[in-house]
Amino acid sequence: MKYKPVIGLEVHVELKTNSKMFCACSADYFGQEPNTHTCPVCLGLPGALPYPNKRAIDWCVLIGLALNCEIPLFSKFDRKNYFYPDLVKGYQISQYDKPFCINGFLTLSNGKKIRIRRVHMEEDTGKLIHSTLEGEKVSLIDFNRSGVPLVEIVTEPDFETGTEVKEYLQKLQQLVRYLNVSNADMERGNMRLEPNISLQKPNSNKLPVYKVEVKNINSFAFVEKAINFEIKRQSEILDTGKIPLQETRGFVEKNSSTVSQRTKEEASDYRYFPEPDIPPIRWTKLQIGKLKSLMPELPDAKAKRFQQQYRLLYNDSTILTETKNYADYFEEAVRNAKDKLTPKQIANFIINRKVNIDDLQPAKLIAKILDTNKTNVIDTEELKTIVKAVIKANPNIKIDFTKGKQNVIQFAIGQVMYKVKRKIDVEKVRELIMEELT
Amino acid sequence: MNRLNLKQAKEGLKKKSFSSVELTKACLSQIERSDSKLNSFVTVTKETALRQAEAADKALDEGIDMPLLGIPIAIKDNFSTLGIRTTASSKVLDDYIPPFDATVVKKLKDAGAVLLGKTNMDAWAHGSSTETSDYGPTKNPWDLKRLPGGSSGGSAAATAANFCIASIGSETAGSIRQPASWCGVVGLKPTYGRVSRYGVIAMGSSLDSPGPITKTVEDAAILLEVLAGVDELDATTSQLPIEKFSKLSKKNLKTLRIGISEDYFIDGIDPEVEAKIKNAIKKLETEGAKVETIKLFDPKYAIDVYTIIQRCEVSSNLARYDGIRFGKGRGFFADEAKRRIMFGTYALSSGYYDQYYNKAQQVRTLIIDDFNKAFNKVDIIIAPTSPTLALPLGATEGASMFGEMADVLVEPSSIAGLCGINIPVGFSKSGLPIGMQLIGPQFSESLVLSVANQYEKLTQNEDWRKNKPEI
Amino acid sequence: MKINVPHVAKLANLPISDKERITFQKQLQETVDYVEELNRVNTKNVEPTSQVTGLENIVRDDVTKPSLNQKQALSNSYSTHNGFFKVNAILENE
Repeated sequence: MKYKPVIGLEVHVELKTNSKMFCACSADYFGQEPNTHTCPVCLGLPGALPYPNKRAIDWCVLIGLALNCEIPLFSKFDRKNYFYPDLVKGYQISQYDKPFCINGFLTLSNGKKIRIRRVHMEEDTGKLIHSTLEGEKVSLIDFNRSGVPLVEIVTEPDFETGTEVKEYLQKLQQLVRYLNVSNADMERGNMRLEPNISLQKPNSNKLPVYKVEVKNINSFAFVEKAINFEIKRQSEILDTGKIPLQETRGFVEKNSSTVSQRTKEEASDYRYFPEPDIPPIRWTKLQIGKLKSLMPELPDAKAKRFQQQYRLLYNDSTILTETKNYADYFEEAVRNAKDKLTPKQIANFIINRKVNIDDLQPAKLIAKILDTNKTNVIDTEELKTIVKAVIKANPNIKIDFTKGKQNVIQFAIGQVMYKVKRKIDVEKVRELIMEELT
Repeated sequence: MNRLNLKQAKEGLKKKSFSSVELTKACLSQIERSDSKLNSFVTVTKETALRQAEAADKALDEGIDMPLLGIPIAIKDNFSTLGIRTTASSKVLDDYIPPFDATVVKKLKDAGAVLLGKTNMDAWAHGSSTETSDYGPTKNPWDLKRLPGGSSGGSAAATAANFCIASIGSETAGSIRQPASWCGVVGLKPTYGRVSRYGVIAMGSSLDSPGPITKTVEDAAILLEVLAGVDELDATTSQLPIEKFSKLSKKNLKTLRIGISEDYFIDGIDPEVEAKIKNAIKKLETEGAKVETIKLFDPKYAIDVYTIIQRCEVSSNLARYDGIRFGKGRGFFADEAKRRIMFGTYALSSGYYDQYYNKAQQVRTLIIDDFNKAFNKVDIIIAPTSPTLALPLGATEGASMFGEMADVLVEPSSIAGLCGINIPVGFSKSGLPIGMQLIGPQFSESLVLSVANQYEKLTQNEDWRKNKPEI
Repeated sequence: MKINVPHVAKLANLPISDKERITFQKQLQETVDYVEELNRVNTKNVEPTSQVTGLENIVRDDVTKPSLNQKQALSNSYSTHNGFFKVNAILENE
């Protein structure tokens, strides 16, 4: 390609705390009746004051630690001032120059490190629903979501392809789920993405002078599409010698394109200043150490351990560590197996048979694998010989089969089973018979 | 009966000399009779008050003891009151009815108080006159052609006019002390963080301090003891234990070191004000207190610091009034609020932060350091509360910084979050009250109240104490 | 320093008439000029204060308490619909 894409990403992750960020309303708002999870604080009533949620702050730092961030010992909240009907106070409590976490990174499978600029804490806004009532276009507002804790994770512009962005997002989603701090469900809006894309001219070290932000992307697949569209669109503009406009664009699902958006904050001057209602946060090294010790084993480390400890292949260990539950299930099964099965046998069974870990307890899984192995003691060559013998002994099988009588197969299977006199895999027998007949 | 102070009223109720209903009715009928002249209330809650008084009488009969049981109190209209209209004297909130009580209101109710109604103020507490109220100016009970000061002018005037036994105000920089001074009553501005701000319509969030306006120093102490304390709804409240303020610890005046600063007797100060304050200081000196002249950071810079910080915070605090969830929307702001919002917006806007907000917060540090140094040498600082007597109605017209200018002598201590009290020290020849302020370090309310109380006792029998406003 | 009233009014979401613009221009400029005085104070190496309390780390446990009910939440609004607050359509580009 002529130009080098320069892509950065802002991701908002909604935490699954019990209560909201600055008040004691339940944060479990999804699917509830509108405006039933609000109080003076999250409705922004006159005189109401914020009071920060300790667990939310701890979780924000935990996410930062999982992304290899530094945790500055001094941090504070700031007010980000702008007007929008879903923002109750006319400002969002966020963090400006002293975020909880800075300078981290996340490593992609190809070994590339995506630098994390900052991870900070803020509050969610209400939800707008656009509707037409009696011919009039209106927006309806539900403030149940107002004040739910949000963690914003901002990368440096280190991505070059949509594929990299997609992998980063999958890893990030996996990470926060491992930490058990967010459902990170895209469809429920627990995770929201805003890539910014620009193109660098060939043989240039300077970052582009513009940046295009894309909003309204609600799946990982779409983020790739949106980026590809933007790369093509911006290339075409640059080809004509012009510079793309610095703007916010919205993703349009139906044709995987983006369109210019002229909504929020026409003049974006957020007038940040320190939130006078919340005293600053100061950590001790000891407290950070304590939080670190709460960190579970993370997916990459776990996959590596599985390779070494259980002698699994890279791919298998990656699949088994996809979710913490899946990994835990595997390890529990290994423990249950004692020495009767190797971890590799268990891993193969779980992966190849697509075992549903919710339906089958680890102990039962082991019993099932052992049972299956017992039934499979007859080897394929021996079985083939029996099949051939049966078909030879019953010429009608072949004749009926060529006539299209499918139920003759059932008869053949029965004959083979009779000869083997053991419990065997019926599917396997069917396969061999079909092979012989066609 | 409504002329009683809080302590007297409490004793009368306890001795069953009268009932809370009688006391409440006495206040209500005084309001009905005379508030048309003063305009000190935005809302009078007659029925609620009588219901609360009846309940208080029942409790009194049962021998229940609560610090404010049956005492009629007026509350500034920027305190949220559950089910009672709360306007901050702005048409924006003309029919706003809070679904919750401010912590201060809750504490008053829990202490058994009877809430008479909501008092007038400068709209949004922006001012020192109560002339910028959207519900018309409040007038000074001592001279109906003059201003009561502000922004808690309604509470100060209602207390001076005996419409209530005591009242609640709030101060950002001067809004309790200055109207108390102009109306001749006691006004205590507690240390920032001593009394919860939860439910008080925010003006300058890093400065706002709710506090009592009363007829005596002891009454202020009784109320502070009820109001003070950590609040699980206000993250900036101090966790220090609540002292027994009402016991009025006895600071020995002979070991008291008083600081006075010539910078607080500014150019243009009213000569009668200057003379009365100096005379009052002399009285304390006669009792053995040591008076030291100290140099303080020039209060004129406090005007700049206060103007910038307060207006920046105002611009953000008033952003929630968009007319969607409550209130009438941004077109209903009057000029003073618009000016403050716009200046604050300007000062915080891109490229100006360092020049204004940050600079002001740096000078704020210098002012705090300066007070800390001063309090190494002296225990309290005494100064005039206001350089002038109550000004005539209309004084604010065309004065785009009237509030900030009028409060020059109370702004430094507010910026530093200190506590201070205004106490009356006499009258001008024209019959207007003169107030003196005692400023102490953070959380030194006990000391400040003690000295103020002793001064009050020393001068209890002076002739001017017999003055009564004629309404 | 000159204050740009229309720009500031727009940022502050305040409707301002032409007449007001002129008055406010003069009044706000007075204030801007007045506080210039602060430049005379030397603040080199001085830390800004934004909290006079000295408090730090004031947080609460993650415990829920009852919310307002829907009726209470909507009770002060002039414009509601089916449990929602209602405003004129916000331009949302599709």
